[in-house]
Amino acid sequence: MTRRRPEPVQVIKQRRDSALSALVHGVPYIQFLGIEFDRRGDELTAVLPFADKLIGNPILPALHGGVTAAFLEVTAIIGLSWAYLWDDIESGTLDVDQLVAGKLPRLPKTIDFTVDYLRSGLPRDAYARAQINRSGRRYASVHVEAWQDNRHRAFAQGTGHFLMPPSDG
Amino acid sequence: MGADKKAIASQFIAAIPHAQALGMEFTHIEGGRAEARMPYDERFVGDPKTGVMHGGAVSALLDTTCGAAVMSHPAAPGGTATIDLRIDYMRAATPGQAIRTRAHCYRITKSVAFVRAEALDDDEDLPVATATGAFTVEGARK
Repeated sequence: MTRRRPEPVQVIKQRRDSALSALVHGVPYIQFLGIEFDRRGDELTAVLPFADKLIGNPILPALHGGVTAAFLEVTAIIGLSWAYLWDDIESGTLDVDQLVAGKLPRLPKTIDFTVDYLRSGLPRDAYARAQINRSGRRYASVHVEAWQDNRHRAFAQGTGHFLMPPSDG
Repeated sequence: MGADKKAIASQFIAAIPHAQALGMEFTHIEGGRAEARMPYDERFVGDPKTGVMHGGAVSALLDTTCGAAVMSHPAAPGGTATIDLRIDYMRAATPGQAIRTRAHCYRITKSVAFVRAEALDDDEDLPVATATGAFTVEGARK
């Protein structure tokens, strides 16, 4: 039994990080909110660094409910796109150089999205992770949880349904 | 709603930093109904291939409009916060066109306000998105 010798770790990391960066930084609205993604293997954590422009209630102060909704939705879409592209990134089918050059793949489209506001968003960084509960050829169902100081005290959660891009795109 | 309450609601919303950042403006706030507008902005694009605005920006506008509708209701004693908000995206917003929202607080109790809203671009007949939400009623009995 022989198996192909694994690629050097830097090569793998560089390819994955370039693909993720191209995906995230290619979307102007994600840049506007300042959302970044931490990656460990295939696991992504979305990070929303606090900024004054994200405030909805200046008296508390608290994050704007719309920012929270957008953060959850961005986390779901990137999470879904990442899972959908992962095999092609790993196998090299997806040309990461093309991706970096701005040739983005088609992204899933939101059909509906529901947000539960569990407690007010504090004026500090927020984190979120998406869990794909169902991913078919056409439709996907994704759950997202967002927290701040304590991973087990979510300040918001959301569930959405998405239309997947055609497989040839 | 008295003129003073209307002025307070307009001022409060004008003081929301994120509403400012998105360039939102209110065109009508009265009696449990609110209307707002957000100009098209390339910074809010969600799909660079098509130039279509991101659903998140539309969500933020809908959420703010719903909150304003609650605050403008004659039975609302003060502020409000979103309990939950569901948004259905019917179609992509047309690039280059402003998004307009209309929200109606159709039922309010001592504790909860129920709101429906829609988001439109220049096509009046086919909404871009609709929203339904439940909001808290602040400043009421404890």
